[in-house]
Amino acid sequence: MPHRTPPSIQGRRALTLLALLPLLAATPSQAQNALDEVLAKMQINIAIPTDFPPYGSVNTELKPQGLDIDMANFIGAKLGVKVELLPVTSANRIPYLQTRKADLVISTLGKNAEREKVIDFTAAYSPFFQAVFAPKGTALKGPADLAGKTVAVTRGAIEDLELSKIAPPSTDIKRFEDNNTTVSAFVSGQVQAIATGASVAGDMMGRNPKLGAEYKFVLKDSPNYIGVAKGENKLRLKVNEIIAAAKASGELDKMAQKWLGRPAGSLPE
Amino acid sequence: MIQLDFLAVLAEWPALLRGAAFTLALSAVAALLGVGLGIACGWARALGPRALARVVAVYVELVRNTPFIVQLFFIFFGLPSLGVKLTPEVASVIAMVVNLGAYAAEIVRAGIDNTPRGQVEAARSLALSELQVFTRVVLPPALGRVWPALVSQIVIVMLGSAVCGQISAQELSYAANLIQSRNFRAFEAYIVATALYLALSVLVRWLLNWAGPRFVFGRLPAAGR
Repeated sequence: MPHRTPPSIQGRRALTLLALLPLLAATPSQAQNALDEVLAKMQINIAIPTDFPPYGSVNTELKPQGLDIDMANFIGAKLGVKVELLPVTSANRIPYLQTRKADLVISTLGKNAEREKVIDFTAAYSPFFQAVFAPKGTALKGPADLAGKTVAVTRGAIEDLELSKIAPPSTDIKRFEDNNTTVSAFVSGQVQAIATGASVAGDMMGRNPKLGAEYKFVLKDSPNYIGVAKGENKLRLKVNEIIAAAKASGELDKMAQKWLGRPAGSLPE
Repeated sequence: MIQLDFLAVLAEWPALLRGAAFTLALSAVAALLGVGLGIACGWARALGPRALARVVAVYVELVRNTPFIVQLFFIFFGLPSLGVKLTPEVASVIAMVVNLGAYAAEIVRAGIDNTPRGQVEAARSLALSELQVFTRVVLPPALGRVWPALVSQIVIVMLGSAVCGQISAQELSYAANLIQSRNFRAFEAYIVATALYLALSVLVRWLLNWAGPRFVFGRLPAAGR
């Protein structure tokens, strides 16, 4: 040993390390083996939405239901392991993956360059698009018409990123924590327009026919992908296999038909 | 091992600074109005007419027994159905004033209740009006006695303003949330926000402890405390 450390200092160092432990608690014990761990524990943790019908909501028995939940259970069944569903919001689903609280995120997750820097994506499993919605009387033909208007959006969602890119500087973008608050802001009249996913808007308009809200223009077509932690290639390829098989057998179309009222169609790999 | 990358968050320092300034401004307005409301309500409960004391008691109990975020949501999402539309900033200030007012009312009342009877009687025997008795003789030493508790409550309300980001008021935790939703550096963003909140709390506490004896209740003789 080139340097000998007196035992008392070693003890103190150990204590310092112990004090730092909570900071490291989120660190995975080993990288690149999520699939092995899942198979060993016979359990997979999957982050799902509960504020995003028909992809994920809570039914009258307070159980999660929706396309994403069906997909999660489907993958669990194909892997032959127990599925632990973790309800997440748009804002916190990626941190759930980064901190390995979840092995997979099946939560209407769209793919973009910023996200690809921090997590990996499987093939797409269901269709989706985001758009701007407003009452019928509001003239909104394109992004330029948003000038001077207030628009509600869920912070960190794809529509937030898209809207921030294309909206004129005079647009007052109000960002809310989750879809429920965003919808509440629009329904209570606090904002003039709402940028959100087609499913949320459909649900909102169905429940509040008096609003007279309608589709204005599309922000982005973004099929949903399943998120896996960066570098978990084994798990990603396994899930891709399951998705490809489900696509071929018509299972994906069946799920989309059940929840969205239309087949999944052609989805990007 | 997760790599901490503070630079990605600190690069957004203008947003963080704006958020911190907004939190401070929100808290300053709320503290001023809230303590004013608290003094009025404290007077009403301790010395006011019985009917008024009852009304104030209902207000105090209502606010002190419901969560702040529910009060905030009620003001921002509930009032529009009665035709009252407020911006997130105004809704936040009102919620904070209403909240602080109720807690401050109880703190100020405790200070008033502890006023020695003889002090009031002495003031009355000097032919001071009731208003003069309250503002000159009762209130200053009462505030001096409860100042540390009042300062703590103001700091609590300032920290509580972190939830105002939920209704899109652009305060410090809103900035931290926005940054982490853009670059996914959640740990770093919240660690930085936590450090900023700590700094704000220390600053506010120090400022109020310094300002109290100088501008609010004057230097009290030891017996008046």
